[in-house]
Amino acid sequence: MKAIVTVIGKDRVGITAAVCSLLAQHNINILDITQTVLQEFFTMVMLVDTSACAASIGEMADILEQAGKEQNLSIRIQREDIFNAMHRI
Amino acid sequence: MLNQHEIMQTIQMIDQQHLDVRTITMGISLLSCAHSDIKIACDKVYDKITRYAEKLVATGEAIEKEFGIPIVNKRISVTPIALVAAAAQADNYTPFALAMDRAAKSCGVNFIGGFSALVQKGMTDADRILIASIPEALASTDIVCASVNVGSTKAGIDMDAVALMGRTIKELAARTADKGGFGCAKLVVFCNAVEDNPFMAGAFHGVGEPEKVINVGVSGPGVVYHALQSVKGAPFDVVAETVKKTAFRITRMGQLVAQEASRRLDTPFGIVDLSLAPTPAIGDSVARILEEMGLEVCGTHGTTAALALLNDAVKKGGVMASSHVGGLSGAFIPVSEDEGMIAAAASGALTLDKLEAMTCVCSVGLDMIAVPGDTPAETLSAIIADEAAIGMVNSKTTAVRIIPAPGCKVGDTVEFGGLLGSAPVQPVHPFSARDFVARGGRIPAPMQSLKN
Repeated sequence: MKAIVTVIGKDRVGITAAVCSLLAQHNINILDITQTVLQEFFTMVMLVDTSACAASIGEMADILEQAGKEQNLSIRIQREDIFNAMHRI
Repeated sequence: MLNQHEIMQTIQMIDQQHLDVRTITMGISLLSCAHSDIKIACDKVYDKITRYAEKLVATGEAIEKEFGIPIVNKRISVTPIALVAAAAQADNYTPFALAMDRAAKSCGVNFIGGFSALVQKGMTDADRILIASIPEALASTDIVCASVNVGSTKAGIDMDAVALMGRTIKELAARTADKGGFGCAKLVVFCNAVEDNPFMAGAFHGVGEPEKVINVGVSGPGVVYHALQSVKGAPFDVVAETVKKTAFRITRMGQLVAQEASRRLDTPFGIVDLSLAPTPAIGDSVARILEEMGLEVCGTHGTTAALALLNDAVKKGGVMASSHVGGLSGAFIPVSEDEGMIAAAASGALTLDKLEAMTCVCSVGLDMIAVPGDTPAETLSAIIADEAAIGMVNSKTTAVRIIPAPGCKVGDTVEFGGLLGSAPVQPVHPFSARDFVARGGRIPAPMQSLKN
């Protein structure tokens, strides 16, 4: 299943590395990444494939939220469907 | 491929603009629970509700997590109890309300609607018993909601029922006086009630509905408000287009959630209700949208026109986004549940008369309005009659949810807490309608009813 991971927070060294390695630990494959830094504000959007991941998206949402809290970031995973519904006819 | 801007737009709507699915409501038919022994009937009601809605809350929470979209309420609506209870030998239907309350609590939902009667053309014995039971039923339960439909475009207005409802509201306020007349916040008097409304307190599962059904109510006043901030000073054509596009996105999200819930609960999808439902939170107000259109305060001249545009644009934007649109679908204007309305009413800019005018062009009616505790029952009935007349003639749903707050005077504030918010006590006209209400009988259906 495809999902969107978004990471938002104050920019510093190693955010991308930390999030990517966490996703790798759970067998989540990254298909596409875009990221920007605007006025020290870091925003990253990733399209990922969770079909090899043992955890459900709901469980991953908890894991990422917890990891985000520890690093003072907002990290979330959401099914791609919600964005397609809102932005594509 | 989605671009970063689109994804971040959705995230911002959820994080900063209060985008949410307001309610997933499961409608359950209780017609099979009728029994001459009221105890057996109530047991059947409890069993059926808990069996059908057992997984409703857990499913809602799972969808919430996977899609990352808050689903604020999970609720249940049932067949109007007057129909289910008619077979029972009883002169008080409070046990049905108690069974509904217990069932809803064990399912974990936050409201259950359907302690209702449909009396637009007259009352059966069961309807009379149900209405007489409302004060005790709502005072002795926590999350049961009641509604009574007293008029329709097809049938006219049952003025005997209107008179009765004025007295019922007073009695209910007195029985819940320790909580500011809170019981009245759980009672809606309708004209042209809809059978598939997912929103409380007026939800019930109509007799034309299937065995069980999933209806979803979307929301998003904050998202519309934010979108309008980007078109300051632009002509109304642009305002309407902006609202339509925003409503489309919100509704698509609701449709997705509705289909997912329907699939997981193995329950047919009914409708998406395209409503702008405010909450007392800052930034989630319908009044502030109207003010963003250029009004100094909601309630001043121009408010009705602004609301008419908003209500229409929400429907136009939403209707293509959902396969089945239903319920109330439009902008809600509940005073106590809307931070901007509370401020406008407290400042005196928003009066009962202006609210009545606004109900001609919004989706429902006089909603969550507190009036002085010494307001006579006949005045409440006359307010209901006015509102029902607007609904009857305009072929739309109108409703009255009014709280004559015991011991409170104009200028006081009644606190209900949570989503129900707080209401400044507003003045009513001091001149009597007693002789008008005492006439009784039926106001005939208008010409609009003769469509065949």
